[in-house]
Amino acid sequence: MFKHCVRKSLAVSIGLSAALIAGSAQAEGKLSLYHWFEYIPQELLDKFSEENDVEVTMDTYESNESLLASLKAGKLGSYDLAVPGDYMVEIMANEGLLDTIAEGELANKGNIQPQWVDVPFDNGRKHSIPYQWGSTSFAVNRDVYTGDINTTDILFNPPAELAGKINMLDSQGEVLLMAALHLGMEQCSTDRDKLKALDELLQSAKANWASFGSDVAKDVLVSGDAAAGQIYNGFSAKARAEGANVEYAYPKQGYVVWMDNVVLLKDAPNRDNALKFMDFMLEPENIAAVTNYAQYSAGVTGAEAFTDPELAKQPESAPPEGSAPGAFIAVCDQATQEVYDQLWTRLRK
Amino acid sequence: MAAAGSGRTVSNTFAPVRNWLLLPTWLTVGIFMLLPIALMLVYSFLTKEFRGGVIWEFTLAAYDQFVFDRGLFGDEAPSIEWTYITIYFRSLVQASMATLLCLLIGFPTAFFIATRSPSTRSMWLFLVTIPYWVNLLIRTVSMKFLIRENGPLNQALLGSGLIDTPLQLINTNIAVQLGLFYSYLPFMVLPIYAAVERYNFSLSEAGADLYAGRWTILRRIVIPAVKPGIIAGCILVFVPSLGAFLAPDLLGGAKTFMIGSLIEEQFKGNAGNWPFGAASAMILLTLVLIALLFYARAQTKEQV
Repeated sequence: MFKHCVRKSLAVSIGLSAALIAGSAQAEGKLSLYHWFEYIPQELLDKFSEENDVEVTMDTYESNESLLASLKAGKLGSYDLAVPGDYMVEIMANEGLLDTIAEGELANKGNIQPQWVDVPFDNGRKHSIPYQWGSTSFAVNRDVYTGDINTTDILFNPPAELAGKINMLDSQGEVLLMAALHLGMEQCSTDRDKLKALDELLQSAKANWASFGSDVAKDVLVSGDAAAGQIYNGFSAKARAEGANVEYAYPKQGYVVWMDNVVLLKDAPNRDNALKFMDFMLEPENIAAVTNYAQYSAGVTGAEAFTDPELAKQPESAPPEGSAPGAFIAVCDQATQEVYDQLWTRLRK
Repeated sequence: MAAAGSGRTVSNTFAPVRNWLLLPTWLTVGIFMLLPIALMLVYSFLTKEFRGGVIWEFTLAAYDQFVFDRGLFGDEAPSIEWTYITIYFRSLVQASMATLLCLLIGFPTAFFIATRSPSTRSMWLFLVTIPYWVNLLIRTVSMKFLIRENGPLNQALLGSGLIDTPLQLINTNIAVQLGLFYSYLPFMVLPIYAAVERYNFSLSEAGADLYAGRWTILRRIVIPAVKPGIIAGCILVFVPSLGAFLAPDLLGGAKTFMIGSLIEEQFKGNAGNWPFGAASAMILLTLVLIALLFYARAQTKEQV
């Protein structure tokens, strides 16, 4: 309930400062963002504020699921834009929480990189635009373990050096997809034998895991509390920059690919400004600022010209030749999802 | 108007407006306590909507899920579901241990403070409360820094030669206990202090004059006299420990759900099962209320 207080207070302070800065200029319009924590540089919001004479306020959330819960609990109508991940775009569209962007409403829609237009979670980009994308696998402290790390055995059948020193993301989708990849089984499976095998794998692997935590995924690697940990690629790069001798793995069984997207929420109080902001985020220079800050990849043509050249060379954002493709988290139907939810609860019992 | 039996008299000055004066209190209690609990009770009997939300059809499904296990695929014959009972039991044990630990350390501390000279007492009390000027989250994170494998505690112990290998404290139940103990100690010290301060020490002297040993005096005279303070302290430590989430998450590694995290998962996790979250919260509330009722009954029996 309150475990994310740090980020909440951060959100409040960012929101306040955004309001104060913009408010002092007696802005004409308003824009209300609902955004991930620690993801967008304040300067970029200020830039949008000044260019469009719009007062920007921002609240933050810490997971796709809490975004959904909050909107369903009555927050719909108080925000213009949110930044859900791939599968959550599909869920939110199915739940009727998204507004449709009509043809021609976004001047910069053509800037979206071709491979990110017809995406499985929003075919033709009717509700969303790309924000940042990246991968989720795991990082290993190379001072502790020097063997081959490009295998999911690191998490589910770890070598002795890493056993009991592994942090997993506190995120059902990412943990269960990684486990499915390890077993070579499909997502949203209804095959009972495979699901039982998945359950057994999770129960046996748990003994080798030290902790669950998403927001601390980087810190535990830097501090040495964990010697290996499931992590987002940008977070892993940051851990390395902070001095941890960690290497990001591209397991041969596959890994998770994700994409965050700016979506237009239904009943947006400032729809015009929301569209302006979407166009703003489709400018290569602006989305590149987010990339430079968060160290993920933009989905906008021409953004490379404005990103830090060091980022392109990062091992975390460049899968080695011949590595397995990544997979998006799939959206299951209710009956199937309930089994996966149970697997997760059993894992944490 | 005299309150029946208690011998206390209540002034009549405000009698005509008494209810109006109490209105803000009643509104606060009603809007911020009773109404949310009533909402929670209603929600716990509603049908869950997939991915969060409720459908307004009454059902016992949430309580059924808590008690009965129908297998991974939901079509086996129901047996007792141990998952949630285990989670609740673990939280109860953890909260009881934290309470016991706080009592063992808190009681002597309170006694020590209450027996100082009046001028130094306030200084000691001040010292006890100083850490609480810092946010609980910050204190818990700091504790994590202190006890981690290469943290100051292990460095000091290794340096002094007391241990050869660093203590593995982080992500263990001991760390959680440490966190809970540190978080809630003053809630134990302060009520006991208030009780000991009122204690008339000539009673101890009288006991000693009658050849009671130190242990007997403590057991037969002091503890019964300050019992209300001890019980109040235990409740103040036990109840928040039961729903604690910061210490289990940050110090215990969140490997297993506690009651707090189980409920959170129903609202903010993948499950999105609001009725079950509400039902879990109602069950917790009922457990706490039962404990408080027992306490209240014990109190009234003593007074009769």
